Amino acid sequence: MRFQRALGLAALLPACTFAIDGKYTFQTPQTLIARDISDLHAWIMAVIVVIFVAVFGVMFYSIFKHRKASGHKARHFHENTSVEVLWTLIPAVILVVMAWPAAKVVLAQKDTRDAEVTIKATGYQWFWGYDYLDYGFGYKSKLATPREQIENYKGQGAAKDTHYLLEVTEPLVVPIGTKVRMLTTANDVIHSWGVPAFGVKQDAIPGFIRDTWFKAEKVGTFRGQCVELCGRDHGFMPIVVQVVSKDDFKVWVDKKQKEAKAAADDPNKVWKLDEMIARGKTVYDANCAACHKADGAGGGPFPALAGSKIANGPMAAHLGIVLHGKGAMPAWQGLSDTEIAAVITYERNSFGNKMGDMLQPKDVKAARK
Amino acid sequence: MTAATDTLNPTQGDHAGEAHGHDDHGHHAATGWRRWVYATNHKDIGTLYLWFSFSMFILGGTMALGIRAELFTPGLQFWQPEFFNQLTTLHGIIMVFGAIMPAFTGLANWMLPLMLGAPDMAFARMNNWSFWLLPPSALLLVISLFVPGGAAAGGWTLYPPLSLQFGMGMDLAIFSVHLLGLSSIMGSINIIVTILNMRSPGMTLMKMPMFAWTSLVTAYLLIAVAPVLAGAVTMLLTDRHFGTHFFKAVGGGDPVLFQHIFWFFGHPEVYIMALPAFGIVSQIIPTFARKPLFGYHSMVYATASIAILSFMVWAHHMFSVGMPATAQLFFMFMTMLIAVPTGVKVFNWIATMWQGAMSFETPMLFAVGFVCLFTVGGFSGLVLSIAPVDTQMHDTYYVVAHFHYVLVAGALFSLFGAVYYWLPKWTGYMYSEKMGKFHFWWSMVWFNVTFFPMHFLGLAGMPRRIPDYPLQFTDFNALASVGAFCFGLGQLFFLYNVIHTIRGGVGKAPANPWEGAHTLEWEVPSPAPHHTWETPPSQELVEKGLKEQAL
Ligand code: HEM
Ligand SMILES: [Cu+2]
Repeated sequence: MRFQRALGLAALLPACTFAIDGKYTFQTPQTLIARDISDLHAWIMAVIVVIFVAVFGVMFYSIFKHRKASGHKARHFHENTSVEVLWTLIPAVILVVMAWPAAKVVLAQKDTRDAEVTIKATGYQWFWGYDYLDYGFGYKSKLATPREQIENYKGQGAAKDTHYLLEVTEPLVVPIGTKVRMLTTANDVIHSWGVPAFGVKQDAIPGFIRDTWFKAEKVGTFRGQCVELCGRDHGFMPIVVQVVSKDDFKVWVDKKQKEAKAAADDPNKVWKLDEMIARGKTVYDANCAACHKADGAGGGPFPALAGSKIANGPMAAHLGIVLHGKGAMPAWQGLSDTEIAAVITYERNSFGNKMGDMLQPKDVKAARK
Repeated sequence: MTAATDTLNPTQGDHAGEAHGHDDHGHHAATGWRRWVYATNHKDIGTLYLWFSFSMFILGGTMALGIRAELFTPGLQFWQPEFFNQLTTLHGIIMVFGAIMPAFTGLANWMLPLMLGAPDMAFARMNNWSFWLLPPSALLLVISLFVPGGAAAGGWTLYPPLSLQFGMGMDLAIFSVHLLGLSSIMGSINIIVTILNMRSPGMTLMKMPMFAWTSLVTAYLLIAVAPVLAGAVTMLLTDRHFGTHFFKAVGGGDPVLFQHIFWFFGHPEVYIMALPAFGIVSQIIPTFARKPLFGYHSMVYATASIAILSFMVWAHHMFSVGMPATAQLFFMFMTMLIAVPTGVKVFNWIATMWQGAMSFETPMLFAVGFVCLFTVGGFSGLVLSIAPVDTQMHDTYYVVAHFHYVLVAGALFSLFGAVYYWLPKWTGYMYSEKMGKFHFWWSMVWFNVTFFPMHFLGLAGMPRRIPDYPLQFTDFNALASVGAFCFGLGQLFFLYNVIHTIRGGVGKAPANPWEGAHTLEWEVPSPAPHHTWETPPSQELVEKGLKEQAL
């Protein structure tokens, strides 16, 4: 592929001559696949530029030389079988020359075997959840840009940081030089997980698991965004990956595992009402507030919870809709028994709802069956 | 049927070959709104289609400007993100189904009978229906903006499960799509039967104008895929309201199934918007090069092969959903293959210009502009066809740039060319060349200012359908927004020029204002009278024209 790369550069395509990172062309490739893609692109652009110059050269020559105004007389030929056969065959051959290297890259891209680390990325409306399957912990990664920077409705808004819209509360951390297999799935609608510098983009589809892989070559922070329209905050769910050394990764994993253990809920614990409500609020704000709003007022197709029939009706129906979803409401099976018990208890005792009742984790466990 | 509708249906009499004088029956008695509401005359219906399409173009264009205004600088300034998504969705649906497709059907209505030497379209009454389904469906889309929850906001592709989340705006969009599909099918039946049955003597299939060929193939494509779209959105509807789980994973459905069905419709659909453009350009270039179309036969074969291939490439819109490598390779190769017949077409147009005696009236400018920019769109399509490269480009602004090069510079520019080309025939007056040329150059410049930078935005990774963006995308977005507003402004000059022409333009038009035009529509007076070819053109007349076209 080196020869093709040279050709690509030689063609002085505009995208390359200006190559300022991340503005005129691809982000600087950080993986083998990303480099292959960039080379393929350069090679195709080279071919295109050559064809473009040849074809448009002929056309503009004709436009300038064969005009009626300059007295040119039309010659009435209208067919030439050999020419027509030729300009069918030559492009076909050119295509083969493009398809061959491309096919090799497709096969490499699809080869997710022998990964050393497997991470599951789950798309939520509107943030990413990451689970380190080999290490038994996971966390949510959300947009960290403050609302004041985003909203300019009344004039300029707050000044925007360098990484405006590309910063998260907690990035994905991966070790350098390690084949990482990314599994993608989604909780509600289709999202797409992509990091241009790694040459990966994989849709995250509810109910299905798909995979892709990368092997980062450099320590640093790399950024992408959700690339499938996923509703209101589609533009606000960035992906940030931090590549660290293998040793740093080990230390980090250790720390996360300990944290996870400390934070884990005991499924047999019996909770008190106010404890449960407090816990429920964190669950609500993390998962439900995006649609039903922090004050339970709802909006658009998402019904209000304040004063709703469900939140003020029988417990079983309330639990049912949270567990199984309905219409625009996704099923929240993925939350733990404690989280579901907590969030339902919170909903029934907030926003002006005063049911005064509560669920325990074991009730949820029973209802799941 | 009342006597009034009977007289409004003159073609039946004409078909039977009865002498059917103009004045005694008083067809022109239908005036005012009746003339248009009850219209069965192909010219009236063509006119209706074209005005409808132009109003939709303005409406969809206004929405595009709404999008571009929001994207002028980073941050949210005008719209809430929900409304931004509604704007993108309606802009896409309205431009595709409201502006481009009806414009081509309108042209086919106006021009096919004239070009083929037929007195009218085959089914005049159905023709009325196929038009009058359009305004209500447009109305449904507009109303949907004002219902609780607002209009559909899932993009014109309406992917579930997202599209299962919206309120009744989505249902209105679904009904609207149903009506549009019905209208397209009826329009297509009419086009096919007219072309197959009503050509004048001596005009075999392989001797009819290219515009008739591309209309014929397009109509077949539509009949094949409109029901597929109707099926897909009906499944959405039942998933939304009747407890089915076609696309809901919780009930065992598959969200990706929708994408397969949608794009099995959607890819041929993009050729539905491109093939008639090829036909128009194949009429215009020979006229102004004063030379017969080069390679008529290979043009026909290329049109047919593009149509057939268009059914085998749908999954190139889905390279990132996660297909097996073999499927990825199959769709990549098939997609690349389309470059071959498309290339043949471009080469043929250039060979038609080669050694011609070219002049550059406005229709020719738009035709040449079309060839240039459509080629750019074709090249970016080739880049996207390479599956690994698509990994970087998919759902970014590169795609937005690509499809606007084929849809705006392709479909829309060819339509402008067609309007200027046939305006003298429609109105009986010549348009102002000066204003026409100004419209062309203005559109050409600002179109490129708007959409060329989007290639860079896409390469650098800016996702499409976002109301706000990271800071490195600021400059190109500002540039594109300026371009868009200027481009939009230019279309008002176009409207002005058309109205100016209807009101007399720069003088009366002869029957054939173009030295190099030899198809049959130029044999009838300008403006084309309400009834034409009541008796088919004589074989000699037909053959004279064909000879000039080297057919
Ligand atoms: C008049 C100038 C036009 C401008 C300035 C314009 C601008 C835009 C913009 C900014 C988008 C949003 C891209 C995104 O966020 O994904 C868009 C989408 C789109 N445009 Fe246009 N557009 C124009 C004309 C047209 C025309 C004539 C068509 C004809 C078919 C068209 C078809 C579409 C489609 C199908 C989409 C995709 C909508 C979606 O994402 O669901 N546009 N356009
Ligand atoms: Cu998303």
